[in-house]
Amino acid sequence: MLSKRIIPCLDVDRGRVLKGVRFNGLRDAGDPVELACKYRDEGADELVFLDITASLEKRETLKKLVKDVASNLDIPFTVGGGIRSLEDARELLCSGADKVTVNTAAVEKPDLVSKMSKHFGSQCTVVSIDAKKTGNTPSGYEVYTYGARRPTGLDAVEWARRVEGLGAGEILLTSIDRDGTEDGYEINLTKMVCDSVNIPVIASGGCGRPEHILEVFVKTSADAALAASIFHYNTHPIPQVKEFLRVRGVVVRI
Amino acid sequence: MKMALLDYGVGNLYSITCALNRLGVEVKTVAEVKEGLDQDALILPGVGNFTPVAARLAEEKEILYDYVNSGRPLLGICLGLQILLDGSEEGEGRGLGIISGRALKLPSSVKTPHIGWNRLSMVKQHEFVDGIPEGSWVYFVHSYYPSLEERGLCLAETDYGLRFPSIVGRGALVGTQFHPEKSAEAGRLLLRNFLKMVKR
Repeated sequence: MLSKRIIPCLDVDRGRVLKGVRFNGLRDAGDPVELACKYRDEGADELVFLDITASLEKRETLKKLVKDVASNLDIPFTVGGGIRSLEDARELLCSGADKVTVNTAAVEKPDLVSKMSKHFGSQCTVVSIDAKKTGNTPSGYEVYTYGARRPTGLDAVEWARRVEGLGAGEILLTSIDRDGTEDGYEINLTKMVCDSVNIPVIASGGCGRPEHILEVFVKTSADAALAASIFHYNTHPIPQVKEFLRVRGVVVRI
Repeated sequence: MKMALLDYGVGNLYSITCALNRLGVEVKTVAEVKEGLDQDALILPGVGNFTPVAARLAEEKEILYDYVNSGRPLLGICLGLQILLDGSEEGEGRGLGIISGRALKLPSSVKTPHIGWNRLSMVKQHEFVDGIPEGSWVYFVHSYYPSLEERGLCLAETDYGLRFPSIVGRGALVGTQFHPEKSAEAGRLLLRNFLKMVKR
């Protein structure tokens, strides 16, 4: 039986891990490779690196980071942030990333998702969806791009279905409203998206306690739960979270 | 110890290279099988899509056949295992036909791709799976699974919508449907076992 995955997320800026609150107010949380290895040793099932560097040398620093991580890690990891083209994706995959995730570029050029899926396989093509409750779309949740700054008018649930059709192999679904709040995952949104697609969904945004992870696994069919601060600041280390889930009947890799 | 890693030109060879380097293996990335024949073993990595890889390998079918028939070690990972079969539902083109069977689509009752950690149910003894505990967790990323004509080649199975062979082996020819280079402890042990097979 497939286990539910616990995925620490590392936001990276110029080679350092940061953690923000609602996409703002960033704090330094450490060295990416060091943290990656720590999480691997603690039993993380996978890692996600989101590069938020807004500078010209971005591509080179990210490539170097991916190489450093890949040479030290024997669990899978996903990389995202500013991937605009097939060539960007190829560079990261060839540097050792297992999957790449696209967000803004997927909305602006949906064709990129199908191209990535065709060239590299759907298994390395992850589409990140940042959704916010606006009431402007049929499901009530609207897709945002550019680091949760720009509304797109797209409905989050419909967009999820569409990217599945384009060949996405996984959806990383972040609730903008919950991100960084530690108030728990946005269950309603996660459930709607999970019920609308037949590809794995990673729930993201709002995790503050192991109970939140349990809740998202019990109330939705999410395959994985992503969290950052509870792991970075060691408030709830991964072994503790996994044990908490295991004794409550969730299948986890221990 | 030196191993040849076949590059189909479609993706991530860095992770498997690093995993082997960590075990002290030198990796030579080769564009064609014949460039790798002077190495101690050959690895068909698990990246890409069936059709283009099948097309690329079609010309070297005979060389691969001779390689395997002479009992030299080969490890196929994910697509690298599926390509050894007769064909795949993933697309056009024939496989290498080194192992009888086809790669079939996972049933629609489960989410595909099958992404994540799943367990091994050990089926048969073989030096490749020596010391792998029953129920070990390994990392899968795939939408197709190997359906074998000879059940005797199945060394371990995994349950996902159905039970499918997740490790296969016949002598020095072995393959995994999951990614040992991404499977933490169990993966390291399998790669180490492969190394032992090669040294012998």
